[in-house]
Amino acid sequence: MKILRVENLSKSFGGIKANDNISFEVEQGTILGVIGPNGAGKSTLFDLITGYTTPDSGKVNFLDNNIFGLRPDLISSLGVGRTFQKLKPFADQTLLENVMIGCFVKESNIKRARDKALEIIDFVDLIEKRHHLARELSTGQRKRLEMARAMAIQPKLLLMDEVTGGVDQKTVPGLVALIKKMQKAGVTIITIEHNMNIIMQLSDNILALDQGRSIAYGSPKQIQNNKKVVDSYLGTYNAT
Amino acid sequence: MTLEIILQAIVAGLMMGLIYALIAAGLSLIFGLMEIVNFAHGEHLMLSMFTSFWLWSLLGLDPLFSLPITIALMAFCGVLTHYFLIRYILKAKMLIQICATFGLSIFIRSIAQLLWTPDYRHVENPLIEGRLEIGTIFIGQPQLFASLVCLLAFFGLYWFVSKTETGLALQATAQDRNAAEVLGIPANKMYALGWAIGLGCVAVAGSMMMNYFAVFTDVGINFALFAFVAVALGGFGSIIGCLYAGIIIGLVESLGGLLIDPSFKLLYVFAIYLLVVIYRPQGLFGRY
Amino acid sequence: MDKLSIAKSESVWNTNNKVLGLISSALVLLFCLPLFDLNSFYLHLFIMIFMHSVMAQSWNIIAGFSGQISLGHGLFFGIGAYATSFLFTEYGLSPWIGIIIGMAISGVIAVLIGIPMLRLHGHYFAIATLLIAIGFSLVFRRWDLVGAASGLWIPMTAIDSWLAIQFHTSKVPYYYIFLIFFILTFLVAWLLSRSKLGYRLRAVRDDSQAASSLCINVSNYKILAYVISAMMMAPMGSLFAQYILIIDPATVFNIEISIIVLLITVLGGIGNIWGPLIGASILIPISEYTRIYLGGTGGAVDLILYGLILMLICVFRPNGLISFFHRDVLQRKKNK
Repeated sequence: MKILRVENLSKSFGGIKANDNISFEVEQGTILGVIGPNGAGKSTLFDLITGYTTPDSGKVNFLDNNIFGLRPDLISSLGVGRTFQKLKPFADQTLLENVMIGCFVKESNIKRARDKALEIIDFVDLIEKRHHLARELSTGQRKRLEMARAMAIQPKLLLMDEVTGGVDQKTVPGLVALIKKMQKAGVTIITIEHNMNIIMQLSDNILALDQGRSIAYGSPKQIQNNKKVVDSYLGTYNAT
Repeated sequence: MTLEIILQAIVAGLMMGLIYALIAAGLSLIFGLMEIVNFAHGEHLMLSMFTSFWLWSLLGLDPLFSLPITIALMAFCGVLTHYFLIRYILKAKMLIQICATFGLSIFIRSIAQLLWTPDYRHVENPLIEGRLEIGTIFIGQPQLFASLVCLLAFFGLYWFVSKTETGLALQATAQDRNAAEVLGIPANKMYALGWAIGLGCVAVAGSMMMNYFAVFTDVGINFALFAFVAVALGGFGSIIGCLYAGIIIGLVESLGGLLIDPSFKLLYVFAIYLLVVIYRPQGLFGRY
Repeated sequence: MDKLSIAKSESVWNTNNKVLGLISSALVLLFCLPLFDLNSFYLHLFIMIFMHSVMAQSWNIIAGFSGQISLGHGLFFGIGAYATSFLFTEYGLSPWIGIIIGMAISGVIAVLIGIPMLRLHGHYFAIATLLIAIGFSLVFRRWDLVGAASGLWIPMTAIDSWLAIQFHTSKVPYYYIFLIFFILTFLVAWLLSRSKLGYRLRAVRDDSQAASSLCINVSNYKILAYVISAMMMAPMGSLFAQYILIIDPATVFNIEISIIVLLITVLGGIGNIWGPLIGASILIPISEYTRIYLGGTGGAVDLILYGLILMLICVFRPNGLISFFHRDVLQRKKNK
């Protein structure tokens, strides 16, 4: 069943069309990769879906709920989680506290929320760092903090914005394994990525954006062979 | 309530508005440069006014002639402020930045109160005095002179920031400090310069007001509040916005005082603030 | 045991039994203090410390727990003072009821201010609070119903009265009343900091966008914090009015109140429930003693010190004096 349906979504800032009539659907339990050169409108798309920016026009349906123009906290309580490209940890709080705040969505008791948070932190392999302040963590660890925190709300759909960006090469396989683990746990995932290898490995489907427009949608194999995608990516393609 | 009385109020409001505009411009420049709101701006104005007063009282210098000295002293005060306080809180949380300049305002105001008592002081027989009569409208010469000097200073500031090399360097630092540094623009010096100019603006405004205004240690509070509203209305970071905003505030204050009640002027200006932040948070020309 | 089980077996709170013991002993001492036949001045000193601790704690909730800097918080002090005084003077209503009504009025005003103002970016909100506070002072100075600039003189009861909260022969009853409110307030703050609400407020404080992504209605939480904070402040104005029996806008809507609650909390440690007590314990004695030794000019010297201390804290110890003991030290122990 289609967990997310986006129809003709558009948004302009000043004279620039950040998103221009974008439409796509996501099947529950799959991973959708979103690719595109910088400035293609990928993060804007996420902001539109999660309520941080109001679209100019179009439709967004999550599990048959119309979420167009809703506040971010309402959308997240329906079951949509997200991470941010520009990381937003609660800097002065510990990793544990960060994740606990996510757990409070489903669990009101402090001790049980704390235990649940520990389980999630264990899931992302950061249990030793649980009492460290978020600002003391490395970039890779902060990325995992955001994933853990987003997962704590038990989302049905998780939007991840460049989780492997700025992370050193040896951490990447770990993150990929984590994402696969999450999919196995039943979460539908949409992930923005620049790293082509990861996208090809992970995604069931890929949406390619360029200059605010959707230029291709299909399986990884189809996208690899799509001339328009290759053109828009000329120079940034990771050939290995 | 004749047309003449209303016209009189409009003219008065316009003139006062130009002075608010310059005061606000100083505030806006500092904020645009380093995202710090100078909560001591009113006290800096008060210091300018007192400087002008003491130069007259102790040295017999008319505010018109002591203007350059006041500007120099306040500019220096700006550099000191940056050096001894602001420099350390540039990277701090907003709460700390607000508290720091708030603390500075308390500090300056209470030292002034200790040294100079809360008494009202004014300059007697300034060079610029008297009234002009244009039709049935009376315009005080000191007020007119003050407004025109402020307007001139305002455009001087605008020209400096947008046309001179140093001004552009300031803008560069405001937009992206690190990028500017890579290009060889020393951020710290730019910030100090920003403070010097910002306080230079209040020096001009304060000095000129001494031709007809009285100074007392709390005089800065109301001006500061009006300046904050002007910057918010004009748009944080926009200098030209201050001009429009200052004039609007001057007019609202004057007409509100005339048509409703003079003792609640602050509330009318506050009403503007409310409307701005609710309906157009970025102000008229602002970046946010 | 694997790492997860070890982690789960840790206690959620590090309740240090030694600290608890210390607090209990201190409380017992505070309750017994008046029995030692204290000089009226020392009673006054403690009363001022209790009162300012509560006032600062109320500011701590809006600024420290939820991250909105109010520069005009003294507003609610004035409202509390006028509520009880007016209701008693005009209608003979017992101040105890007046306190509750004062709290209710403060809560309503907090909502009315909060709804348009709390969604503002930090600086905008701070400026708005200044404007509002000064506006209230202006209005009360010209409002004849409540005495305009002269304020209200609370009619004195013939003898000491608990119902009218007036004691003419000794400060001891005032001492106990303020002490009880002090304990209750700190209890509320302590429970708040450990509750789900407290966690969510801190999230709103640290990053409201991230908080939104975790199902937190940022607006509502900010308003709630503001209301709690206002309702915590009002009773202090009410009790203060009962303490001095004369109030006027210059005293209870004085900007100095807003300044000192901010300073006390920032000095002690913002965001920490002990910050207000630490700050008050240091600043109030300083202010009371300067008043004694410097008389009239004491007021100005006070403020000079406040401004200076505030700037010094911001530059050298932005986390307040409590950072000498708290988080960093504990954190290092846990991380070893």
